Amino acid sequence: MVLLKRLRDRLIDLAIVIFGVSILVFGFIRMIPGDAVAIMLGANAEVTPDRIAAIRTRLGLDLPIHEQYFVWLSNVLRGDFGVSIWTGRPVIEEIGHHVWPTLQLTLLALVTAIILAIPLGILMANIRGRRGEAFVQAGSVIGLTVPPFWLGIIMILVLSTVAPSLQMLGYVPFTTDPIGNIQRMMLPAFALSLPIMANLARLLRSTLLEAMQQDYIRTARAKGVPARRILYRHALRNAIIPFVTSVGIMAGYLLSGAIVIEQVFAIPGLGRLILGAIAERNYPLLQAAILLVTCSFVLINFLVDVIYTLIDPRITE
Amino acid sequence: MSGGTIEHPAEQPLPARPARRFKMPEASLYNLSLGMIFLITIVAVAAPWIAPYDPLEQDIIQRLKGPSAAHWLGTDQLGRDLLSRIMHGLRASLAISAGAVGVALFFGSILGLLAAYYRGWTERVIMRLMDVLFAFPVMLLAIGVIALLGPGSFPTAAAIAIVYTPIFARLLRAPALVIASSDYVLSARSIGASDLRIIAFHILPNLASVILVQVSLLLSSAILVEASLSFLGLGTQPPVPSLGMMLSEGRNFLFLAPWAAIFSGLAILIVAFALNLFGDALRDNLDPRLRQS
Repeated sequence: MVLLKRLRDRLIDLAIVIFGVSILVFGFIRMIPGDAVAIMLGANAEVTPDRIAAIRTRLGLDLPIHEQYFVWLSNVLRGDFGVSIWTGRPVIEEIGHHVWPTLQLTLLALVTAIILAIPLGILMANIRGRRGEAFVQAGSVIGLTVPPFWLGIIMILVLSTVAPSLQMLGYVPFTTDPIGNIQRMMLPAFALSLPIMANLARLLRSTLLEAMQQDYIRTARAKGVPARRILYRHALRNAIIPFVTSVGIMAGYLLSGAIVIEQVFAIPGLGRLILGAIAERNYPLLQAAILLVTCSFVLINFLVDVIYTLIDPRITE
Repeated sequence: MSGGTIEHPAEQPLPARPARRFKMPEASLYNLSLGMIFLITIVAVAAPWIAPYDPLEQDIIQRLKGPSAAHWLGTDQLGRDLLSRIMHGLRASLAISAGAVGVALFFGSILGLLAAYYRGWTERVIMRLMDVLFAFPVMLLAIGVIALLGPGSFPTAAAIAIVYTPIFARLLRAPALVIASSDYVLSARSIGASDLRIIAFHILPNLASVILVQVSLLLSSAILVEASLSFLGLGTQPPVPSLGMMLSEGRNFLFLAPWAAIFSGLAILIVAFALNLFGDALRDNLDPRLRQS
């Protein structure tokens, strides 16, 4: 019952946030300085009042603003995000082409970060109170604050002298050339993963240290459970829960970071698409990209929250 | 394990060693970060006076040179002195980040305190609004704002301020709720103190430490966001030197003269590192749970 109530509350929150996001994103395109119609016409034809009026009617711009919103929203809900100003193709198609490299990059970075953060976090918890703690702690802050795009550039610089045969730039789909794909994705994924790796390791360290203070650890120790087993079976299990929640926040970070790192490694992902859209004032494309990426981010956070509720029985009690 | 440990659980060897041992590194990290921030601030503020060259002065014959006695960090593709450009870039980056975090702190704390103080509908409306703003990934919101206002320093600062406002509002609301229902706030109200007076003189001062920690952590990430945006060409526009833009220009000459890319990125890292370390050490120091464990 409590679970269902929490789920219902979360769903209401989700609906409100997505509604708010949609209003902001809709308002965003309306606030662009200059007439969107003039921008559209400017691309391919001479501007006449007749043409402007025709396009205004076609786009529904002669309707009151709230009706425009509902027209837009109902189109979006039917999967119609408008057409690209420059190519005339539906923007959703262009986004579809560019989503895969970004998705692969962010997932690879997330997996790398999680896999490496667990041993690092355990190490950092173990070193507490010993010599070298300050170095490890300072090192984790460096990991947290190193700009991924700079790290990427430095890696390109170093590796192109050390291993000139390594293909580092550009993108090939995994399905056509798996090895080439991994070769090219490795470095950007690692550069992108470093800050979240540091973040997760630090989180794991503090939750582990906290967990080790709990009564159930003392009980386990008192009944003679070996230290290793205490760590893996008792402490780590409980320390992993905040880990899961932070993955949702990480998703937003990864998306932001991917936009920049794609530029460094010439990966034709969403970042390139969005930056291209800004450069050529392709507002329908920009609007759709921001809306879709933000909504998926919100959905990821919602799912993480639901999973969190399911795996931690303490919340439902 | 013997029964003795059960009778005296405090003597149980805990994973954390006694306080004396690890007070040291924490204190030294805190001092290190404080010293770094102090130096960085001096360099940024005094850049126009202490920089060895004019950051815009071109010397095409000396272009793309490595570090030397005349140019400590070398020169860029137009022969401009990298050290001077980094000093001025630091100034610009810090000004933008500090301005953005300041504005976010102002609006965020007002909204968070109003929500905590008045509860009810005020709270619901404010916090929902904050949820909506918080839903956007940082770079996407920044790119949206820049699409509206055009690239430049001001839109960059505005974008960062918008993204960070909900962070302050959310952060301050929870402790403010506790303070707002405390006895001393109740007694202040009973002697007729106005709402404004209670919020400004009784609630806000008690949140100072929480605010300071968050300000330094957010300043650190604002530096990184600003650098990312200028790296993409959306932030500070030439000819004003900025660290992100220098990195992006240096990338074009990476194999010819890697110094510009290396040093500008290093400068970003050092500033972000010092601020983050400071916030971190401060938080550990203020958090009684961490301190005693």
